[in-house]
Amino acid sequence: MRNSFLKELFELAKLDDRIVLVVGDLGFGVVTPFMEQLPRQFLNAGVAEQSMTGIAAGMALSGKIAFTYSIANFPTMRCLEHIRNDVCYHNANVKIVTVGGGFAYGAMGATHHAIEDLAVMRALPGMAVVAPGDPVESRAATRAITEYPGPCYLRLGKAGEPVVHQSEIHFEFGKALRMREGRDVTLISTGGILQTAVRTAERLAKEGSEARLLSMHTLKPLDTEAVLAAARETRAIFTLEEHSILGGLGSAVAEVLAEADIPKVPFKRIGVPPAFSPYIGSQEYMLERHGLTPEAIASFVVKTLQIVPSRSL
Amino acid sequence: MSKQTSSLKFRNSEHESGRELEAERKVSALHQSTSTDLRKLANRIRQHCVRMTGKANASHIGSALSSADIMAAVYGRALRYDPKRPDWPDRDRFIMSKGHACTALYATLAESGFFPIEALDTFYQNGSPLAGHVMHKNNPGVELSTGSLGHGLPVATGMALAAKRDGRPSRVFCLLSDGECDEGSVWESALFAPQHNLDNLIVIVDYNGIQSLGMVKDVIDLHPFAEKWRAFRWSVREVDGHDMPAVEQALTQVPYETGRPSCIIARTVKGKGVSFMENKLLWHYRAPLGEDLTKALAELEQNQ
Repeated sequence: MRNSFLKELFELAKLDDRIVLVVGDLGFGVVTPFMEQLPRQFLNAGVAEQSMTGIAAGMALSGKIAFTYSIANFPTMRCLEHIRNDVCYHNANVKIVTVGGGFAYGAMGATHHAIEDLAVMRALPGMAVVAPGDPVESRAATRAITEYPGPCYLRLGKAGEPVVHQSEIHFEFGKALRMREGRDVTLISTGGILQTAVRTAERLAKEGSEARLLSMHTLKPLDTEAVLAAARETRAIFTLEEHSILGGLGSAVAEVLAEADIPKVPFKRIGVPPAFSPYIGSQEYMLERHGLTPEAIASFVVKTLQIVPSRSL
Repeated sequence: MSKQTSSLKFRNSEHESGRELEAERKVSALHQSTSTDLRKLANRIRQHCVRMTGKANASHIGSALSSADIMAAVYGRALRYDPKRPDWPDRDRFIMSKGHACTALYATLAESGFFPIEALDTFYQNGSPLAGHVMHKNNPGVELSTGSLGHGLPVATGMALAAKRDGRPSRVFCLLSDGECDEGSVWESALFAPQHNLDNLIVIVDYNGIQSLGMVKDVIDLHPFAEKWRAFRWSVREVDGHDMPAVEQALTQVPYETGRPSCIIARTVKGKGVSFMENKLLWHYRAPLGEDLTKALAELEQNQ
């Protein structure tokens, strides 16, 4: 996802000199094309995220489209108030980009586990939140947020994720992508766990449950229509995210369902407990320890469907 | 004047000569004011601040009064702006990073034609755009909302960098408080600006020596302050922040060195201009009410 983002942004920047990539002294090897070929559209703000964010806001208030770029929690939480006041309050055209959402840097320890970022960024007024599910969505999201005139958070995985979308997609900002059709259950996925969601749906199919699968790449504004349609047209809803179950996709969907004027639909959040992980390890290991494998998720879905009262549709 | 305009010369595109002429015309108009005019302007700013703070029963009058002479010199002498076109791209920017001294900015903007003087009466009132910390919404001329310290300099730095990269003649002036310099973000940008040769960036520190809970030297001593900025590769001048010709000179002679940002350390007195408020921490908080208000205004009117 990181590579498709940078490649797409570089192409866009060649055509639009308002685009500036502002990095927090990270991106070794991958930001070289920007540094060498578009030096006036590249800036290393140093290991100084507060200053980086303020500088980006100042540049945006002078007509630029500024992308801040760093890893894990550094471009979000380290400088949170600068994002709130300088970027959001002034509606400055700043895009905050992180690499390493979720457990991408799992072995690096709890400081590098980015599992509350969606909740925190979603709470900020005026901030759009996008978490693409694979490199194809990442490329499309980069184009979409560049066109979107205002603050935006882009949560990326790392490099080398599998391509989930095997053909061109119709990516629309704020609209979920329906990737699979089914009436037994809806899986709503955000971010890099999309591949796991696809495999979960395949597994469920083998066990006789047909799942609708939504890739909710835009967390804010949320596609409430897609959520409500799932509530009307399928028997249960499960959200899936490599993020704390507090405040992210699960909470966003729960808010919609709880306030909707519709019959109660069985609903569960699948994600990471709201605690510091006691583990460190590879992303695969971390997901496994937190029960975020297709096998574990499918098993949870099947058990839940057995317990909840069946609804007539 | 000649030094100031020469500092604005950019050599990389043809159309800038037109921009520079326009900029120069605005500077010329401003330069008609004398030091006496600016002292009178500062006095009017002080009277507005005292009235606004008293009516609102608000805090921070001491912080506003210490910066009044600087504000008069910035808007009356140094800054290039057009109140009829607050979004003029080539304007100079002024960022009031010490957002709690907002009355000084609001009063200066009103005196400079950005909005009517009468609007100042609404300060701090329900539904007014004039909030108790600097707010940009619906306030023409306010570049940045502040109130949390340590935000102004990073944003000012980004504006200065954008102007440089676009070949615009804009300069960015940023007023910090001394207590604000406890914030790490100030020093993050202080490190950054000389690296990028931002000689269109000017920091002014309102060094009144008193912060929220005590004297700066007793809380977190900034001394040696000028040396700190010099060590960060800024060009530094220290002035008496109430000596109008000295402040004017410091503001109009920037940049002091080509390729370096400028820092003006203005030694000021908290509460300056109202004898019973001067150098008193209490007036970081207390509002001038009743007899205090009458006495304060009488003193200022007498010194007009």
